[in-house]
Amino acid sequence: MKVINQLKMCFDSRSVNEGFSRVAVATFCTQLDMTVEELGDIKTIVSEAVTNCIVHAYADTIGKIYITCTVFEEGLIRVSIRDKGCGIRDVKRAMEPLYTSVGGDRSGLGFTVMESFSDKLRVRSQVGKGTTVTIEKTIKGKSNE
Amino acid sequence: MPVQIKLKEKTIFVFIKGEIDHHTAPKMREMIDDAIIVNDSFQRVVIDFSGVSFMDSSGIGLVMGRYRLAQQKGKIVEVVGLNARYYKIMKMSGIEKLMTIRSSENKKEW
Repeated sequence: MKVINQLKMCFDSRSVNEGFSRVAVATFCTQLDMTVEELGDIKTIVSEAVTNCIVHAYADTIGKIYITCTVFEEGLIRVSIRDKGCGIRDVKRAMEPLYTSVGGDRSGLGFTVMESFSDKLRVRSQVGKGTTVTIEKTIKGKSNE
Repeated sequence: MPVQIKLKEKTIFVFIKGEIDHHTAPKMREMIDDAIIVNDSFQRVVIDFSGVSFMDSSGIGLVMGRYRLAQQKGKIVEVVGLNARYYKIMKMSGIEKLMTIRSSENKKEW
């Protein structure tokens, strides 16, 4: 499918960047005449994925988070969130609802939420190398309301 | 302040304002925990999400952690004012099996 537009950004894995990154990606996607609901979906997905990078991928360090957002024709958005962190040993287990490898107030629902608000979710990871989370969502837009 | 506390009729009302994510949740956690610990004789904690402008799954962790503390102190917890999105996210955790959660359409007069 033809690429209409693309955003690439790279930022430090600091929690203060969670808010900025979800707004930046959502704002970039507004060229697609989305509903408020769809905008919220994109923000939530990005927030979950970026938080995973900060909490898990770069748990004891600061690294770089790379986001690529591609807008295709027919309202398709693909967002990939990539890190060069510790990687996930068992991706299937990590994606199970309520599973978390850390304690505290983590709910273990990051992937579940991403899946719920997107059309497709793919996770590729290599221990010691990093993880790429790719989500796809087709925007139906306001004209469909 | 991201959290406003009001005390009324043996209930600790917690009004959360703004965005709840992994970055903002720790400060909210601290403020709510203080209110639960200090007001020992209060039997109920009502966490109101009407003023929340964004929430990801960190909001679930925030509520679950406060629920665990409140339970240790013999208090019950209720979550209210959830819009459709936050209600959907909360339901993913099965949290409604542990406490009452209300959407903002399902209002109760305090």
